[in-house]
Amino acid sequence: MKRHALFVTLAGLLLSSAAAAVAQAPIKIGEINSFSGIGAPFTGPYKQAVEMAVEEVNAKGGVLGRKVEVVFRDDKGQPAEAVKHAQELVTGEKVTLVSGTFLSNVGLAVSDWAKQNKTLFVAAEPLTEAITWSKGHDHVFRVRPNTYQQGRMLAERAAKLKHVKWATIGPNYEYGKRAWETFRDRLKQLKPDVQVVGEHWPTLGKLEAGPFVTAILNQNPEALYVSLFGSDWLAFVREAQKRGLFQKTFVVGILLGEPEYIDPLKLEAPEGMLVTGYPWYDVDAAPHKEFVARFNKKYDSNPVLGSLVGYVTYLSIFEAIRKAGSTDTDKMVAAFRGLKVDTPIGPISYRASDGQSTMGAWVGTTKLDAKRGVGVMVNHEYVPGDRVLPSDDEVKRMRSGN
Amino acid sequence: MAPSLILLQLLSGLAHAMVLFLIASGLSLIFGVTRIVNFAHGSFYMLAAYLTYTLASALPLGTAGFYVAVVLAALAVGLLGLVVEVGLLRRVYRAPELYQLLLTFALVLIVSDVVAMVWGRENKTGPTAPGLAGSVRIAGQLFPTYDLALIAIGLVVAAVLWWLFQRTRWGVLIRAATHDREMVAVLGVDQRKLFTSVFVLGSALAGLGGGLQVPRQALTNVMDTTIITEAFVVVVIGGMGSLPGALLAAVLIGVVDALGVLWLPQASLVMTFVVMAVVLIVRPWGLLGRPESQARGAGGAVLAGGAVGLDRRWTIAVLAALVLAPPLLPDFWVLVLVEVLTFALFAASLHLLMGTGGMVSFGHAVTFGLGAYGAALLVQWAKAPMLLAFAAGPLAAALGATIIGYFCVRLSSIYFAMLTLAFCQIAYAIVHQWYDVTGGDNGILGVWPARWLAGPLRYYYFALAACAGGIALLTVIGRAPFGLTLRAVRDHPRRAEASGVDVRLHQWLAFVVAGLFGGLSGATYVFLKGSVFPNALTVGMSVEPLVMVLLGGVDALAGAPLGAALYKLLDTVVTRHTEYWQLVLGGILVVLVLAFPRGLLGLLAERERG
Repeated sequence: MKRHALFVTLAGLLLSSAAAAVAQAPIKIGEINSFSGIGAPFTGPYKQAVEMAVEEVNAKGGVLGRKVEVVFRDDKGQPAEAVKHAQELVTGEKVTLVSGTFLSNVGLAVSDWAKQNKTLFVAAEPLTEAITWSKGHDHVFRVRPNTYQQGRMLAERAAKLKHVKWATIGPNYEYGKRAWETFRDRLKQLKPDVQVVGEHWPTLGKLEAGPFVTAILNQNPEALYVSLFGSDWLAFVREAQKRGLFQKTFVVGILLGEPEYIDPLKLEAPEGMLVTGYPWYDVDAAPHKEFVARFNKKYDSNPVLGSLVGYVTYLSIFEAIRKAGSTDTDKMVAAFRGLKVDTPIGPISYRASDGQSTMGAWVGTTKLDAKRGVGVMVNHEYVPGDRVLPSDDEVKRMRSGN
Repeated sequence: MAPSLILLQLLSGLAHAMVLFLIASGLSLIFGVTRIVNFAHGSFYMLAAYLTYTLASALPLGTAGFYVAVVLAALAVGLLGLVVEVGLLRRVYRAPELYQLLLTFALVLIVSDVVAMVWGRENKTGPTAPGLAGSVRIAGQLFPTYDLALIAIGLVVAAVLWWLFQRTRWGVLIRAATHDREMVAVLGVDQRKLFTSVFVLGSALAGLGGGLQVPRQALTNVMDTTIITEAFVVVVIGGMGSLPGALLAAVLIGVVDALGVLWLPQASLVMTFVVMAVVLIVRPWGLLGRPESQARGAGGAVLAGGAVGLDRRWTIAVLAALVLAPPLLPDFWVLVLVEVLTFALFAASLHLLMGTGGMVSFGHAVTFGLGAYGAALLVQWAKAPMLLAFAAGPLAAALGATIIGYFCVRLSSIYFAMLTLAFCQIAYAIVHQWYDVTGGDNGILGVWPARWLAGPLRYYYFALAACAGGIALLTVIGRAPFGLTLRAVRDHPRRAEASGVDVRLHQWLAFVVAGLFGGLSGATYVFLKGSVFPNALTVGMSVEPLVMVLLGGVDALAGAPLGAALYKLLDTVVTRHTEYWQLVLGGILVVLVLAFPRGLLGLLAERERG
């Protein structure tokens, strides 16, 4: 009898510890991003902020009493590779949801996979409108303001300028083309006398800038809309400086005020450009100052836009799980609709109609900061994302084909 | 159009051309003498750019710092060339020629991660050239002084090289070796020294190009892959091994690019490749190249020696495992196996070309891509049922291969390879630009298997049937009279022709059949991933099956699936565990190539003999 009782006790102990282990099992999140390849220059600071967000939430006891664990995977900039990781993260690592991606086509591939597999996908950085609109579905949410929103923000400011003759240069793919079309269409709406005198579409990542600068100068535009970024933008600035383009032409640059793109130029950054970006040095709200201080302390470097997006993405995920009270996909998806999140840059929400967050961007002009040795944004204004989003009805129409 | 504008574009084009010439001349020299297709040439260029960046600010030399840095970086990269040639490449000169390509591919991976580790992944802006950073006024517009200086530097280097090759004994030997290296060896010249010196000079030239590019271009981790294709294009247009050819071709490409900005802006993606295709179709050995002398001994690119296949027992065991094991595996590994199977078939289809046919393709991705897009387009636009769309993939690829093959099989060796690359790039550009039909770079989504095939295990068996069936058919084709004739064509085209074989027709047919099966693998892949993007048609996708075939062993068809399995499994495992997967993968490849210089099959063959 005694032996029997002992067994029962032992079994009971084992069972309860197993139950405790289940309760304690971490919430796993799969993070897919371009840590090597063409997106790699921009994903390092993003990853740092994700790790910071996770560390902070775990220090406060985690989410729903469980620790959070992120499993990182490198998509190498290849959509097919990202899909492979998504499959592995869900079936092998048993992650609760998938998040991340930088390049638009990678984001679309993972999104379509998530749609097919009924997995929640939180797209952090890809800018294509298609993710939430023409290819949108119930299981995808996007954090960063998309191409359409940023193009529109710039158009509203540019319409107040006197410039009538416009040209553009951008990378020859969807992002470059859409960045221009949304800007141009809005600008023409607001200022019907605008004329387009030239469009230039060099191959992404392979810009031999000199001939393009000469060609633009020859078309004599009053203003130039630039959607180049990364190494193309850096090479373009060099050649444009030497050929005197910035003295003759006003420049509007989408994203070009982001530290990712303006910092590598150091004191060569052109002054007086109208840009969207992230002036982290000037955002004075207390939660943001604390965010910057913590980031500084942890990594001994300043945040870039990718860091802010990474941090906001994971705050949103934590909040959605809290609201859902569970890691069940349907409940998380329901929680994300209309989800309100307090972020370092203020409250944002996720629209029920398309899953787009209302996170905005700053619009301002560039100036050199001799002390820090880089270009910065001045006269900037934060434009909330919802101010430049189409209405729910328009969204419904765009999503009707899906 | 104003003549002043054209003058400015010409000058810009020439500056670009001079950098291209420096890099391409090194590549051309190395290929001309050693016959090494040196993928790592772009890595040397990148490394020198980063070294220049660091040295220029570290050297306490003031304005001279940058120029000293450029020279030191070029010398350092030349020295690295020495280490690579003596330490690595020399060990595999006796293996079939293409194995050196595998080694240089491994180097690309390694250097890429070393640069990321040392300099970080962020883009960087380097120093400007002190004293030359300003502009001068030409035809009423400002023009960078540095671009004018580059034109001068390029011409000086070209003159020095000309003197070296026309007026020194070493140069004479190099020219002789480029024309007929066996004859040079027979005459008692030490080939090893010749190879080493050429490799060092070639690498240093790449380094010089990299350093001089710093004031004009940003430093990125992907500079290597950006430049290497363009450098090969220049080399091939000029004619492999011809320095005047490289200069002429560099000027042609530089100027066409610069004027294209004015006249054909929408063609920027393909301009250089169209030029290359036209040149090669009109002049199969490039502008100033000479027909290659027929190598004596074993002909063609590949050794035919004692074909080794897998023992039948092995084949049956592997097939049995592939049929029986998956239900026991976790879903993820089942999906990885599907990927392995598709690449096994993709590599096997390439093997028909390069192994059996002796025609090395650098553009085999075109078959994969056409297969994938063929299927995806039918699903997207005709809402075709899955099986119909699936069948359309290989047909589309075979059709494409029929057209491309018609032009390509007139060429041989590296010229054939580069023409296939050109067509692949043209196909890439069409898919990338034709938004209304292909969705451009946003691809085609929602190409999932039919309901009765949904789920990893069901799709696995479907893919197994398609891929194993495809490989079996390729085996049969290889052993049939057609395959045997193809081998004869590979080993001795002139004798084959003399015995009444239509050489070109057989090569063309092989191209079409390889296209059909490459397309089958693409169609299998698209339903695995659910989407397809222009990435399916990039150079990287063409290099992968090449690496797989070489890794497995080019001597028999069985090598291709073996190599595919090893490469994909390694890649899958390594990528999950380290950020620096390229370094690890590259390191493993180096070890494998040195240990088994004839691929895994070579190892198996030795086992059997031993």
